[in-house]
Amino acid sequence: MWFFKTPEIVFGEDALSYLEQLEGRCAFVITDPHVRRLGLVRPVEDRLRRAGLEVHVFDAVEPNPTINLVRIGADVIRAYHPDWIVAVGGGSVIDAAKAIWVLFERPDLDPLAISPMEPLGLRRRARLIAIPTTSGTGSEATWAIVLTDPEARRKLGVGSRENLPDIAIVDPAMVMQLPPRLTADTGMDALTHAVEGYVSTWRNPFSDAMCLHATRLVFTYLPRAYQKGAGDPEARAHMHLAATMAGIGFGNAMVGLAHSLGHALGARFDIPHGRAVGLFLPYVIEFNARAAADRYADLLRAIGRPSPDGPEAAFQLSRAVLELLETLEQPQTIAASGIPRDDFEADLPTLVEYALEDPSTLTNPRSPTAEEIEHLLMYAYEGKMVDF
Amino acid sequence: MGILFPSDAWIKALMEEVNRSPGYAEAAKNWEGDFYFVVEPEGPLTKPVVLYMDLWHGQCREAFEVTDESLRNPAYRMSAPYSVWKQVIQGKLDPIQALVTGRIKLKGNMVNIMRNVRAAKELVLCCTRVATDFMA
Repeated sequence: MWFFKTPEIVFGEDALSYLEQLEGRCAFVITDPHVRRLGLVRPVEDRLRRAGLEVHVFDAVEPNPTINLVRIGADVIRAYHPDWIVAVGGGSVIDAAKAIWVLFERPDLDPLAISPMEPLGLRRRARLIAIPTTSGTGSEATWAIVLTDPEARRKLGVGSRENLPDIAIVDPAMVMQLPPRLTADTGMDALTHAVEGYVSTWRNPFSDAMCLHATRLVFTYLPRAYQKGAGDPEARAHMHLAATMAGIGFGNAMVGLAHSLGHALGARFDIPHGRAVGLFLPYVIEFNARAAADRYADLLRAIGRPSPDGPEAAFQLSRAVLELLETLEQPQTIAASGIPRDDFEADLPTLVEYALEDPSTLTNPRSPTAEEIEHLLMYAYEGKMVDF
Repeated sequence: MGILFPSDAWIKALMEEVNRSPGYAEAAKNWEGDFYFVVEPEGPLTKPVVLYMDLWHGQCREAFEVTDESLRNPAYRMSAPYSVWKQVIQGKLDPIQALVTGRIKLKGNMVNIMRNVRAAKELVLCCTRVATDFMA
């Protein structure tokens, strides 16, 4: 037995106008100051008001939301008792909104105790709408929540199937002006979701369909979106859909080791999430080469390349990802991401421990030992092809 | 010839397997918490069987079949029908997926569980290594 969960997806040009059809009394918009400054919250507020809703905005979300931030948000939301929570932003905002929603409905709960194993009883007070302003996180279509423990410099994944957003509004207008670096970082996040979701041990035919097509869309449209930005609205629109499709895919299949390593490195060295997971993706594909050869061959064919049999397919896919990273001017090694070797080596035991304990490691097609994770990190630091 | 599941002999065999598993010792090095594993009656099993395990920092300190649940007050209670446990022990069902889909029900502090999912996986790997006979 398994499930395939997805929010109602409202997509395409002017998808935001769907907000005018909402019924209710009050909407609580959760966002961050940067997104608000960019003017992306105003059209959301306007449409909610046109629907007759009272609107309150909480714009204090920071990148990599902490447990403390979530508690503050929950205190604020209780003053308004909204029936709609509307998250407008990237992964940090949407993840924070999910956790704030849970605490609004279940003030008794420790945010770190949000788990898929215990019913939460959500939707007695409010429902959640997610409006992504980047094309990568997929958080609008998943039940995962990533919170950060700033003291331990550690990311912690929690979540329950119940905290999947009710509605995801995927409007390309919200990402048209995304800067090139953010386009590349978040686009690599989408690709890593799609590739890891496709080879995950929890994969299923429904997630396969999403991951396979998302991979195809990213390879086709991410270079164009990066190079031309708003000058190529078709690429922007397709990348926005690709990110949500990849989110639906991995949200129903989990991810793998590139995420475990990316979470660890990102938290310890403050590397953007998409850049970190994208950096590790080729190395993890090579590490999994024998365990998931056929799956990588499917992905290679999906991006229009002839695929050899056996592990060579994985190595060719890895090379395709490295070429994409080069096109996007993204670091292909940990060294190139600016981390001094001494700092990296000093942190190596912690990185290994965090990656090993990350839930994403459990669904990687090849189960790594601590020693293998250490080797992978060293190979990724130096840019060596994985040969173990 | 294996050991009949569920039984006192089986949970003691699992304890031995756990205590010689370097994988479990490493994955559960920070784990503190005892369990009731409740096998709900189904098919050939006509009454519930409760197995107790005291898991502590990568080792199992004590394991036995419980005849009276009130004897202990463990931190966690994990329950599932006989056929679900059988699939888990045979390595045919991912225990984490079984928990997520509610086929195995878990009560206890979720914060610790969420931080130790790898330990749960290693524990199940130990289960699969116990030579087990199932009820006909």
